[in-house]
Order: sequence, then structure tokens, then C-alpha cells
Amino acid sequence: MAATIEAHGLRKRFGATVALDGLDLAVPAGSILGMLGPNGAGKSTAVRILTTLATPDAGTATVAGHDVVREADAVRRSIGVTAQDATVDDILSGRQNLVMVGRLSGRRRRDAHARARELLAQFELTDAGDRMVKEYSGGMRRRLDLAAGLVTRPPVLFLDEPTTGLDPTSRVGMWNVIRDLVADGTTLLLTTQYLDEADELADRIVVIDHGRAISEGTAAELKSQTGGARLEVTLTEAHANAASTLAPYVTGAIHPSHDGLRLRAPVRSESGLATRIVRALDDAGITVDDVQVHQPSLDDVFFALTGHAAELSTGEEAEA
Amino acid sequence: MKRRLRDVSVLTVRNLVHIRREPLQLSDVTVQPVLFTLLFAYVFGAGIVLPHHGSYNSFAIAGLLALNLTTSSMGTAVGLSTDLSSGVIDRFRSLPLWRPSVLVGRSLADLLTAMLCTTIVALCGLAIGWRPDRGVLHTVAGFAVFLLFSYAVSWYCACLGILSKGPESAQGLGLIVLFPLAFVSNAMVPTQHMPSVLRFIADWNPVSAVTSAARQLWGNPNPSATIGAWPMQHPVTASLVWSVALLVVFAPLAALLYTRRTTD
Repeated sequence: MAATIEAHGLRKRFGATVALDGLDLAVPAGSILGMLGPNGAGKSTAVRILTTLATPDAGTATVAGHDVVREADAVRRSIGVTAQDATVDDILSGRQNLVMVGRLSGRRRRDAHARARELLAQFELTDAGDRMVKEYSGGMRRRLDLAAGLVTRPPVLFLDEPTTGLDPTSRVGMWNVIRDLVADGTTLLLTTQYLDEADELADRIVVIDHGRAISEGTAAELKSQTGGARLEVTLTEAHANAASTLAPYVTGAIHPSHDGLRLRAPVRSESGLATRIVRALDDAGITVDDVQVHQPSLDDVFFALTGHAAELSTGEEAEA
Repeated sequence: MKRRLRDVSVLTVRNLVHIRREPLQLSDVTVQPVLFTLLFAYVFGAGIVLPHHGSYNSFAIAGLLALNLTTSSMGTAVGLSTDLSSGVIDRFRSLPLWRPSVLVGRSLADLLTAMLCTTIVALCGLAIGWRPDRGVLHTVAGFAVFLLFSYAVSWYCACLGILSKGPESAQGLGLIVLFPLAFVSNAMVPTQHMPSVLRFIADWNPVSAVTSAARQLWGNPNPSATIGAWPMQHPVTASLVWSVALLVVFAPLAALLYTRRTTD
């Protein structure tokens, strides 16, 4: 069966900047794909093409079985979009925004009002519903934007960096809302530059950099690509035999800190590892304050795949 | 067809809400007309003598309407430009609505505000002694000539709005283009004493044709009637020709520019 969102060889350039350089994607019905990449990687451009806001220079894409270029209107009828910049109307109230979107999507006046009421309640905006959006906080605006994308109960949803710029509490709130959405079978494509967000929400993750997919898989699969976990041992006082005692348990070079109190090394994650390490150190007469085995984060994955860190990378403004 | 009408009416109402809530745009069509009327009737009017001793106040109202409608059509440019430079245009574009409804909704909202502006100017006029005295039909025809022209100019302003980078530059561009258009005309003073080049421009200015047409239809003093230039001899025909020409040129152009601006 064909995927609900499918793209083959999408290319797009803006002047001299290549935004997409042969992007392939497939999102099966009812699943969440997290599109992960730094600023300027081409995420927003991909979303804009898939939501009919931009046309590709080359390549094809279908959403819900409709070609995004030739059957743009049919695509628009099947999707909900929450773009990176707020696409709600500042001068209208939250309620007026939702009613307007409902009306423009073909709902009757009364249906549009009923749906607006429902969404305001669902997104905890009922009290603010009749205030101008201009007066909303960043989090409220994002929630309204998401609500606007849901007016028609679309089977396919695109969220472009839904939590960028939100404070941690609003962010977690947004995650819960998104989780509820997919619980009822919506197909979702979500872009993010936050690795924990992709980890938290997505079934599968595609890592994109410089306009192409450089890796795809579940969070666990991607993590396994970095080849293992990291051990960090903190001693009570420096000890000459500490490194040699650890040596049998690690898979690479041991890096002691300047004062010799902390030692770091790559390890193969397995159950009981920390216990055995503590016991070995204890047997050697070395007292330990702390032993930690870190699972690789998606940050490590990103670094391993691209050779540069995700959050430090700025990239050109290729997504305008 | 029904869907298109609905899209247009939803967006028209949305634009009206905007105008109502934006103090600057609203004052353009409410406070400004009153201010202009008082200013011209009592400050300028005191110093301007019309040929054949006509009443300046009766002369001034058609001109004031021309002035207010022309300058406030800048709102079209500013409003459209604001929409185009904000994210809301992406929302509209991701919905299955009839593409031109964004433009048509804008121009209809501006036509409705032009009607409000017209009403206010007319009431101010009545208060200072202006009277249309050729019957209801001619009076209505005079207003219709103005509103048609105002609608046509709003499509021209739509082009300006789409071409400008943002609301501020739309405002600037509108000011540069619309003020000379409004003032180098017979709207507030007879053209007879203007320098010859300026006078030629003024006599062929569409704003002059529309103003003259209204003065003729309302039976108000119309010094331009004695001028030989064709539009001044046939002001009603001339203003209809101008309005239709503006519409035929600028409505399709606006649609084209809009499509180009929103395609990437």
C-alpha cells in the first residue's frame, strides 16, 4: 500500500541556495514521522512543498493519494497545516480565526461555530476565545495555530517546528496535545530541531541535512548507529590504578580529567555493567562517588551522522 | 459559484473587522472626511472665489469626496501588503478556497468603507449648506460615479500593495502616487488659474472628470464646464471610461502580480 505522504527526489533552490537536494520521504498511514535537522536543512521547504505552498523544481510528491502540484486543491482538502510562523490573524479573535478557517474550508456557519467552540475548549482557549490574537502569549498563539489546522479534522497533518520558541511548560503541553491527536489515527509529519522532541513523539525519524535525508529509522535504530553508550566514573580521590581497573569493561580509550577524579570511556551497554564496574573498583581499593552509563542521545546521533552538532549549527536562511 | 461567493464574503467580512479595529484605517474614512470638510470650507473656502460667484461650499463637496476616496484607497494597498507579509496568507493558501477571493474580498471591503466615507462627507456637506438639486436619480448617479471610480482605483492600489515590500512602503508609495492625483485636479480649486502644464494635467486627470461629473449631476457650481478639454465637456462619459479602463487594466494585473508574489 502506498504511503499517505510520499516524496521522490524533491529538489528546490532559491537563487544560489539549494534548499532541497533530492529528498525522498514516505510516511505510512496513521504514523508520525519526525523530520529532524538544523536550521536551513530544508525542513520548512519540504513542508511547504507537501502542503502546496511551494512547487518543487524537480521530483514528485503525493499526499493522501493526490499529487501536490497537479491536484493541489484535493491535497488542501485533506491536510491541516501549522506552519513555523504563526498563520493566524492577529486582528481577529481566536474564535473568529477558527470560524473563518471553518467557513473557508466549506463548513456552514453553524457548523463552523460549533467546531470553533469545541477546539477552543480542547486547547484551553475558551476564556481567551473572544480576545484579539494580538494579546495572546506565544504558547496560546501556537495552540490556536494548531487548532486552526485541525478545524476540518484532516486525516493528514503537518506541523512545522510546533514548539520552537515555547517555554518548557508550554512545550510539554504541546507534546501532550500532539500525542492525543495521533491517538485517533491522524498521519503526521512533524519537523523539529529538537532531538528530544523527535525522540518523544515520532514513530520514525528522518534526519535531514543540506536538503537530503541522511538517515532514517526508529529512535532506537538511529541511536544504535553511534555504536554504544558512554561511561562516566567519578572517584572520591584520584587513584593510579583506576584506568587499568576499568580497561576490561570499556570498548575504547579512557579519558581521565585533569585532576584524575573523573574518567570517561565508551562502553557497550549491557545489563549489570555499572554494578560490575563498581565492584571491580571496590576490589581494587578505589572508592567511587558516582558511576553513570549514558545511553546515546539523538544529539550524539546527529553528530555522528553529520559531523556537526545540531543545535550549534546555524545554516543559511534557506527556508524563507 | 456559491462557494466562490462564500469565500469572497467571508474574507470581505474579515477585512471589515480589520478596518474597524485599526484606528488609523478607520480614521481615514471617518475623522479625515470631517476634518477635510471643515478645513476646506472654512479655511481655504474663505480665500477662494469661484467664477460667477458660486458657493464654495456647494462646489467643495464633490471635490472633498474625490479627495477622501482617492487618498483612503491607500488602505487597499496597506491592507493587502500587510496580509502578504504576514503568515496569514499561508493559511489562506493552504485552504481550498477560490484563489482570487483574497483580492476580491479586499476590494469589496474597501468599496463598503468607501460608502461609509461617502455618507460622512455627504452629511458634512448637508451641514454646511451643500444641496444636490437635480432630483433623486441624478443625486444617486453622482454617488455611483464616485463609487465606481473608487472601486477601480482600489485595484490600482492592490497592485501597489502587492508590489511593495511591506505595509510601510505601501503607505509611502500610495502617498506619493495618490496625493498628486487627488490634488492636481479640479477637486478643490478651479483649474483656470493653474500654470498651463499643470492645468493640462488637471483637466485630463480622471479625478477631475469624476468630480466634474458629480457637480454636473448634482447641479453644483462646476467651473470646469467652460473648459474645452474633452473630459471636461463630457465628464460623465469620461469618468465611466476612466473607471472601466482602470478596472480592465489593473484587476487582471493585480491577479497576475498576486499569483506571482504567492508562488515559490
